[in-house]
Amino acid sequence: MKNISDSIPKVDAHEKLSGSAKYVSDYMLEDMHYAKTVRSPHAKAKIKAIHIPTLKPGVHVFGAKDIPAKNHVNMIFDDWPVFAEETVNHVGEPVLLVVAPDRKLLKETVDAIQVEYDPLTPEFSLKAFAVHKAFKKGDAEKAFSEADEIIEETYETGYQEQAYIEPQGFIGTYEDGKTTLIGSIQCPYYVKNALLVTLGCAENEVQVIQAEVGGAFGGKEEFPSLMACQLAIAVRTLKKPIKMIYEREEDMAVTTKRHPSKTRMRAAIKDGRVQAIEAHVSLDAGAYTGLSGVVLSRAMLAVSSAYTIPNLDVSGHAYITNTVPNGAFRGFGAPQMIFAIEMFMHHIGKALGDDPYHFRRKHLVKQGDLTATAGIYRDPILMDKMIDKATAMADYHKKVHAYNAPDVYRGIGMSWFLHGCGFTGSGEAEHIKSKVRLRKDEANRVHILVAAVDMGQGAKTTLRKVVAHVLKLPLDQVIFDNPDTDRVPDSGPTVASRTAMIVGGLLARAAEKLKTSWEDGVAYTVEEQYKQPDYIKWDEDTMQGDAYPAYSWGVNIVEVAVDPVTYQVDVIGIWSVYDVGKALDERIIMGQADGGQAQGVAYGYLEVMAHKQGVLQHKNMTDYIIPTSVDMAPTENVVIDNPYAFGPYGAKGAGELSLVGGAPAVAQAIEQAIGKKICKIPATPEHIEELMRRESH
Amino acid sequence: MKAIEFTLNDELVTVDLQPHMRLLDVLREHFLLTGPKEGCGEGECGACAVLLDGHIVNSCLLPLANVHKRHVTTIEHFSRSKRYQVIEEAMIYEGGVQCGICTPGMVIAIESLLNKDPNPSDAAIRIGLSGNLCRCTGYNMIVKAVKRAASKGEGLW
Repeated sequence: MKNISDSIPKVDAHEKLSGSAKYVSDYMLEDMHYAKTVRSPHAKAKIKAIHIPTLKPGVHVFGAKDIPAKNHVNMIFDDWPVFAEETVNHVGEPVLLVVAPDRKLLKETVDAIQVEYDPLTPEFSLKAFAVHKAFKKGDAEKAFSEADEIIEETYETGYQEQAYIEPQGFIGTYEDGKTTLIGSIQCPYYVKNALLVTLGCAENEVQVIQAEVGGAFGGKEEFPSLMACQLAIAVRTLKKPIKMIYEREEDMAVTTKRHPSKTRMRAAIKDGRVQAIEAHVSLDAGAYTGLSGVVLSRAMLAVSSAYTIPNLDVSGHAYITNTVPNGAFRGFGAPQMIFAIEMFMHHIGKALGDDPYHFRRKHLVKQGDLTATAGIYRDPILMDKMIDKATAMADYHKKVHAYNAPDVYRGIGMSWFLHGCGFTGSGEAEHIKSKVRLRKDEANRVHILVAAVDMGQGAKTTLRKVVAHVLKLPLDQVIFDNPDTDRVPDSGPTVASRTAMIVGGLLARAAEKLKTSWEDGVAYTVEEQYKQPDYIKWDEDTMQGDAYPAYSWGVNIVEVAVDPVTYQVDVIGIWSVYDVGKALDERIIMGQADGGQAQGVAYGYLEVMAHKQGVLQHKNMTDYIIPTSVDMAPTENVVIDNPYAFGPYGAKGAGELSLVGGAPAVAQAIEQAIGKKICKIPATPEHIEELMRRESH
Repeated sequence: MKAIEFTLNDELVTVDLQPHMRLLDVLREHFLLTGPKEGCGEGECGACAVLLDGHIVNSCLLPLANVHKRHVTTIEHFSRSKRYQVIEEAMIYEGGVQCGICTPGMVIAIESLLNKDPNPSDAAIRIGLSGNLCRCTGYNMIVKAVKRAASKGEGLW
């Protein structure tokens, strides 16, 4: 391993390929019971009465009255109940949990329980907000008053379902006064802290262990805490192992999704440049706020994406509706806003009669510019080089010219974007306070003790590489077992593209410490805790300052063919260039690139989810279409080096970056192919048909 | 009711279970073969794929009765073969493994595809894998792995 970026075989590849990796549903324990949730069929209703039939031996029912301490799931906003108490606020809201020794009895009992409701009038439109945020940069009002021209558009995005192939699940066990939950989770300490709040128990009475995670994409960030609280109540009471694995339909119907959004944008134009943007983003949070306020922040902070706009007036609301709560999904608000700004800049360029490519390019961010929140882009920005590289790879300029001819039904689109690495604002320094440990044993093996989860993104491989590289140890001397809260400190959740940069950075420092103090044959532990670089200043209330310690950058180009009769979209090719600082393993980064952009592009044209009166209409993998191998086009991705001083070996965030630019790139390509403006995704054949019909009258 | 008899991973087995049970549940819960995974339970995702007489099937859709007198091979057994070794090397080399939940099914799909077509074109590979959903990789690295396995494993299929 000379260069950290040189790829090595993923450390868990063999067990995953051969089927021996152990996911939560693979645990089979003696005397194992099963649990299933009784859920609301109403979008909004008062619970009048609950009728529980005479229960067969071994069958038990739990609900709000059995919660020992707080009936809410501990997260940023504490409004999400573990079990509904007096009212239900969305279809699928949990009311009771049934436990039985076998699945047949479980289903019979769930079916026999009668909950009487008084239906109330649900709200599905964006009227009542739970969170409002706003910030300004420069003097937008003045820029609008002096504008030559004002351009306004509204952009809409739909739901997106994480569609991890492994549904959510936990197994809980009880031994010697301790409740242990093994689950498919991204954030062991989120789950543990939620258990402490809901159970009101001592810290040593609960333990959370991560099983192999079969995909997460944000979907296993906050939702598992809800499941864990319900299950733990039953496990502590019955003192038996209980398994709760969602079936696909239950998973799709009740777990969090990407927030549908509506963004209104106005631009003040003077001398052929955007002098100011006024933007307002509305997110549909669903029935409970959960993480929506933070998702809203990230959406707003992405308002000018890879462009420098001198004056901004940005506001946003997260609205409560009687629908399934929305939450974390790779990109976390940024995909909605980056769709809006990329389309908007493109549309403004066209409206001004300029070549949108040149128009956009003259607004591109440069090192030293002020960010949307008047922080500073301190580090080198290589976007000029990246754009030139991507356009050459895709033969963009030739194609974009050729496809401008009518009746070609081909198009090529390009997006430029950034992604803030790590938690927004003061999150890392004030809320997370990440702590990592390295334990050296007497055999001189080094154990990585962090709460970071490998959910497929390769954390086990890259973090081991970082430590082995610093210590100049062979990889098999560095050990990383799945996190267990009894063994590892809270290094924070596995979210926000923070694992390589923040946790990896701390591990690199801990490894340096170990290296300096190294004593052969002696067992000891070293610890490191996150410290924000002094120059990072952020004011949460005014949303001013450096929203992120660093930014990763990307360029996506997507080429499509649209069928002139069916309007079916075929993605023909994807070309991308990414700056993630330094790849800690090039092949792993290529995997993040390919997989993320598949999700991002599909978000723009393929993946449809909608609800009717609060009931999601896309219930399973048949209804909710994700790309198959036939849908995905060949890709060409390049990663360039731009090492970041505070990342391990220069690494910045990489996990979310590849998703956030896919939708506008494919939407611009479709726009060119059909010759109509696209302001709403997914751009399905039905939507394209509507656009074609609307303007042909 | 007649007991159901089939060859499971090269061993003759007889089971006295409900004939309409899903093969997936029989494999996972009766034989503790947890390599086949349940992703959707409706034959869309392919995570539960096994070989039935050498061809890929979704074990979540197959009633136990349908395997009577037939040969079922799961990843646990296939992973001991030489052809598996070639697929494993190619999947690792090309980066075809991320979260791993689709992976055993994907390996079964690759084996089934190469059995039918030892030198598949890119288009044939994409069609051959289209019954197996992967949410992590975007498929390209898996497509490349099939190409590599086909060339490295010359003569094995």
